Amino acid sequence: MTGPDRRAILKALVATLAGLSADGLDSPVADAADASESWTTQTLEAFADTLIPGARRFPGDVVVAGAVTGPGAVQAGAVGLLASPELPVAPLLPAIAALLDARAVAYAALRLIWLPPTRPPFVGLSFSDRTALVGGLFDPDDLDRPIWQVMSLLVGLAFDTAGQQDTVEALGQGHPGLAWLRFPEPDPDGLWRFPDFSYGRPLADLHPNTTASGSPA
Amino acid sequence: MTVQTTDVLVIGSGFGGAIPAYYLAAGGARVTVLERGPRAAAADFTHSMRLGTYNKIVDVIQGDGVSVVAGNCVGGGSVVYFAASLRAPSFVFERHGSLGRRLWPAALTRAALDPWYDRVEEALPVTRTDWPDVSYAGGVLAAACRRAGHTCNPVPVAVDTSACTNCNWMLSGCRFDAKRSLLLNYLPAAEAHGADIRPLHEVQTVTPSPLSGHRYAVGYTVLDPDDYSCTSEAGVIHARVVVLAAGAVGTPVILQRSALLLGGIPAAVGRYFSGNGDRVSVADIVEDKARSLLGLSRPDGSAYQGLPVGRPITAATYDHLDPTAPEYSRFTLQQIYFPPLTNLLAQAAGSPAWFGVEKRNMRARWRSWLTLLAMTEDDNEGTFGVVPLTGGFTRLAPGLGQGTMTYRPTSRTRRAWDRADTALRDILEKDGLSRVRPWSEDVADTVTAHPLGSARIGDDPATSALTDGHELRGHSGLFVTDGAAVPTSLTVNPSLTIAALAERAVATIVTRAADTGVALRRDVPLPGR
Ligand SMILES: Cc1cc2nc3c(=O)[nH]c(=O)nc-3n(C[C@H](O)[C@H](O)[C@H](O)COP(=O)(O)OP(=O)(O)OC[C@H]3O[C@@H](n4cnc5c(N)ncnc54)[C@H](O)[C@@H]3O)c2cc1C
Repeated sequence: MTGPDRRAILKALVATLAGLSADGLDSPVADAADASESWTTQTLEAFADTLIPGARRFPGDVVVAGAVTGPGAVQAGAVGLLASPELPVAPLLPAIAALLDARAVAYAALRLIWLPPTRPPFVGLSFSDRTALVGGLFDPDDLDRPIWQVMSLLVGLAFDTAGQQDTVEALGQGHPGLAWLRFPEPDPDGLWRFPDFSYGRPLADLHPNTTASGSPA
Repeated sequence: MTVQTTDVLVIGSGFGGAIPAYYLAAGGARVTVLERGPRAAAADFTHSMRLGTYNKIVDVIQGDGVSVVAGNCVGGGSVVYFAASLRAPSFVFERHGSLGRRLWPAALTRAALDPWYDRVEEALPVTRTDWPDVSYAGGVLAAACRRAGHTCNPVPVAVDTSACTNCNWMLSGCRFDAKRSLLLNYLPAAEAHGADIRPLHEVQTVTPSPLSGHRYAVGYTVLDPDDYSCTSEAGVIHARVVVLAAGAVGTPVILQRSALLLGGIPAAVGRYFSGNGDRVSVADIVEDKARSLLGLSRPDGSAYQGLPVGRPITAATYDHLDPTAPEYSRFTLQQIYFPPLTNLLAQAAGSPAWFGVEKRNMRARWRSWLTLLAMTEDDNEGTFGVVPLTGGFTRLAPGLGQGTMTYRPTSRTRRAWDRADTALRDILEKDGLSRVRPWSEDVADTVTAHPLGSARIGDDPATSALTDGHELRGHSGLFVTDGAAVPTSLTVNPSLTIAALAERAVATIVTRAADTGVALRRDVPLPGR
């Protein structure tokens, strides 16, 4: 993808999310999107799995690379969150996935890596290549960096906060991300309280120049 | 469109707006407060991280090189903040920054501000805390400080500690009304004196008013409560005096948008932006070491594992606030908690640091993380660029915006951060207690919840937008009383200083209001008295 196209996508991302433009995406991108919806999902899942890896979902899973055992961003519902109505990013996902796949093609070409034609190019990369590619997306001079910053934040929200769900409900259903963090349980009324919260004893000397209200002098 | 008038129009309802609103209303002026965000109270504040809850009242605004976290509701930052209420150390007022001469107005020293700090501490009120108020996380910092030869203090907070459940949901607003936000003091007191607070009213411009006796016309749009990027109507209010307090990210943008119609604004508007030198780090505490080195244990048998427990800020060391030390080497190190929505930014030992396998494995130890905030001396190197279509930034999604500020840390700022990083490692990595790394700058650049300085007070017209009475130079009756007015980073959390400066500015605002024919009482008591 050439420079101006990338800028158009970022502009469309900003404009659509800001609600300024309902038809911010030009039709060529949208057409490409229709033909390859599952490729979009696969690419985004592979991206999320690179950020917060998880176990393969089934034998032969190639989208989730299986770099670890246990849950990762895909298991925590990252792609579902990206498509959620709270974040009107959904119409842009095909374009964003296409952008990542274009990066994968360029990455592979430079390194003479063969990409299987039956999968999205990013999914065709090994976990270590996915990792190297994703690291490069955050280069301060990279034109697309703001896109990947927002996308990463959203993936993080899915795993670390179960952002698509009420927290009490998510804990009740054993949300994989909250369970991985061992996020504490609420009281029966769904509110948190910690009656035990302090070692309760002096643990250091106070600064000699502390004012009556507890501030530095 | 009906023509509306008021005596005093206040823009924004955080510390900078709520305090003048109260004194002017109690003094007898007609006061109107326009606030961009919604109005919510204890019963509305949820213990939930579901999108569509907290992100309706707090925004992350991504600029170029800096991300700012800020309140977006009636009460502003006070509703979502962590209530650490500290006076800025004396040396801060003597800072020279990179200018080579004193930056604060000559009239302002710590001693001069102390009476105003006293008032705010009484009005909110602020509680001086003690060791039984310090959370497990604060306790780990304190014990590690002692072991490394440092002092450590419980942090005073604007919290009724007897009502506090230590739930750690302060970012979502206080469900138990224990946090003494502005919703519980200055704002209701202002309303009791007739102030009209209008939520979901976003100010766009301040221009000269054609109405006789009125100096400024304030243009606003009304936002849809379900989608802040939609506008349902627009209006104009004519005022005798305007108090601009839209926060350090909002205020300069309103002035920039209004510049032509105002006949020009001071060059210092939208410059000298500071993130308070904020620098967040995460220490990955080794539980066994917390027990063996620090002698800590909890009733449940664990040594620490307390990250999500207690109030977000409970302890800090003042040992690096030596007034005789050179500038850019002084800072407070404070224990802090952020909900796991910031987990992405923490860095693991390996490469890549903030994502990948090692980072995911570090998340399994989340309860043993200790988050730390260093507040350092930065260089006021931020600037505001091209004005967005509406508001203070372009809204990307609820709770997420793209701002116009640019922040490129200078070598002095970087050096200040490095010193704070070193001090943290000396305390927290001693004998393998933990591994401590600053937040990654890949995803959100540098992050601050303490924006300051974008329209600052001072004596020098070239480097300060406001007089020492907080009046915009060349624009009689137009005041700025929020974090934008604070001239430098403070090395402590800024709310108490913003509030004290706003208390102090009231006298000048009252005088100006009197000039325009509004007769006002001056002996107004503290709110609620
Ligand atoms: C998560 C978090 C934790 C914090 N913890 C602490 C702490 O423990 N201690 C501390 O001292 N400080 C803390 N702070 C910082 C503190 O909240 C701020 O310094 C303080 O609120 C700034 O006051 P202000 O009046 O300058 O602006 P704000 O409180 O931000 O108020 C500005 C108001 O103006 C409104 N506004 C903006 N633009 C417009 C517009 N165009 N029209 C109308 N209204 C507008 C905003 O919605 C907002 O309500 C924290 C901040 C955050 C976000």
